[in-house]
Amino acid sequence: MTATTALSAPPAPVRPAAGRSPAPAARRRAVLHWIAVHTVAVAAALFFVLPFVFVFLTSVMSDEQAMSGTLWPTEWNWSNYAEVFHTPGFLDWWRNSLMYAGLGTLFTVCSSVPVAYALARFRFRGRRTAMLLVISTMMLPPQVVVIPMYLVWAQQFHLSGSLWPLIIPMAFGDAYSIFLLRQFLLTIPREYLESAKVDGCGDVRTLLRIVVPMAKPGIAAVALFQFFYCWNDYFGPQIYAAQNPGAWTLSYGLESFKSAHSVNWNLTMAATLLVMAPVIIVFFFAQKAFVEGVTLTGVKG
Amino acid sequence: MATPTNAPALRRKARHERLRTLGFLSPWLVGFTVFFGYPLIATVYFSFMHYNQIEAPTFVGLRNWRYVLAQMPLFGPALWNTLWLVVVMVALRVVFGLGIGLLVTRIKSGVGFFRTAFYLPYLAPPVAATVAFVFLLNPGTGPVNDILGHLGVDAPNWFNDPAWAKPSLVLLSLWGIGDLMVIFMAALLDVPRDQYEAAELDGAGPFHKFRYVTWPSITPIVMFAVVTGVVQTMQYYTQALVAGKLASGVSVGPGTVIQPGYPDHATLTVPQLVYSLGFQNFNTGAACVLSLVLFAIAMAVTMLLMRRRAGLLSAED
Repeated sequence: MTATTALSAPPAPVRPAAGRSPAPAARRRAVLHWIAVHTVAVAAALFFVLPFVFVFLTSVMSDEQAMSGTLWPTEWNWSNYAEVFHTPGFLDWWRNSLMYAGLGTLFTVCSSVPVAYALARFRFRGRRTAMLLVISTMMLPPQVVVIPMYLVWAQQFHLSGSLWPLIIPMAFGDAYSIFLLRQFLLTIPREYLESAKVDGCGDVRTLLRIVVPMAKPGIAAVALFQFFYCWNDYFGPQIYAAQNPGAWTLSYGLESFKSAHSVNWNLTMAATLLVMAPVIIVFFFAQKAFVEGVTLTGVKG
Repeated sequence: MATPTNAPALRRKARHERLRTLGFLSPWLVGFTVFFGYPLIATVYFSFMHYNQIEAPTFVGLRNWRYVLAQMPLFGPALWNTLWLVVVMVALRVVFGLGIGLLVTRIKSGVGFFRTAFYLPYLAPPVAATVAFVFLLNPGTGPVNDILGHLGVDAPNWFNDPAWAKPSLVLLSLWGIGDLMVIFMAALLDVPRDQYEAAELDGAGPFHKFRYVTWPSITPIVMFAVVTGVVQTMQYYTQALVAGKLASGVSVGPGTVIQPGYPDHATLTVPQLVYSLGFQNFNTGAACVLSLVLFAIAMAVTMLLMRRRAGLLSAED
């Protein structure tokens, strides 16, 4: 399982020296322990995996069978997936999701790296206060400031009905990304930056030539988190894009898809899997960066 | 004593450094002011105004505050549901996440498979996960009740029953336990192994080892999981809204206005009520009052987190 080894492997258990078998009683206890642990593990795995299995099985059923409440498909209708893609709007939702997530991630990373670098490495008055404010913003429920923001975007800029009110703010730093990047940049030894200065590197060049290459894992983690955040976002598109189906994202459109196909659970489940697929595929390609990021939020620091 | 010739150079350097810091911080300084500072002040302003988003706002004093806190019938249920979720969901998520973390560190065969299986659901987009669970748990054709029926269990109506709707949301949140699992796994692997060995030599059983070796070492992470869990659950919105809408079976499209909280306000959370007041009823003043109530609670929790994590800010050098 090369794809999964990245989820930090625990240290190998200490085995008794070869050739000297342990006492039978201890051995039997170890076997019983193994059986107990793995029985629980299989039960837990069923809880986590079965929903995916049922969703998939339903997604290939015929319309009639999906209404009958049986578990195993009698015939495999792969055409359900084609039908989902041919639903009016579905491809637009894909395009909008990619645009929101792609541009949002790009803007966030470009605007957050210099801020995080300054917070991690520059000495200035008010640095502690700035960090406190970043963390406060991070904790703030998005609903708290949404009403005045919506009024500005809708009344002054006439941008409601599009995703731009969600994308543009990301060019001005994202608190969560700044926080994570700062935590990561703190791990870069100061000596590297000092030697760059001695070599005559300016601050911007130090950032681009030394800091960014060294912080690649941290930047990758932040980029992934932001991509997933945008891809999964429901509240934002609901506020700004709801009145214009041409601007809907997959996460927002999926719900209306269910309403339009209220009895066709099979098509809804196919659409559900198609919304899940990109994040899961991205995860398998970038697992290491992702798990590192999750760990960074909680453990380091 | 500094030589007088050096003073202007030093001052120039200091000014250069200030400008450099400002330059690097500028994206966030602008963002914080425009997208956080301004709307927060505007929210306070609107909380004293009558404003239907068409006519000009008029000052009404504390009327919005009185209305939301004392008269609005949905404030009580929304606050109750949010607090219920904060207590039950966070507690169960931490216990379950720790349990799965402990389990994973004990698995000897196929650990890669199990870790991935336990982690994947966390990645499912919330809307997709919710749609999936509304299907899995639907009383008519859902596979879960189908299986429970075959086992002879009297299955509940899950998202369609006011008593079961919130527990169903908790079940959904336990499915996506992957983030906590990873954090706890890392914390558990950081517990010094020699302490376990020392405890074993003293004749400690598994319970005592957990209580006196594992627990003290992972308490900070448990604290962290609790506080971030509380902050996240205060914002709980998407899953509750989508589950309520889909389970109600009312078709939604642009222009349709559905009051959230099906069934019987059981899934109505404070953030949903903010949305409903501000964007469905166009009662801007009341929505802003409720936003500020949410903000006050979130800030209180954040303060708690800051106190606990004070080390985080001074982690530098």
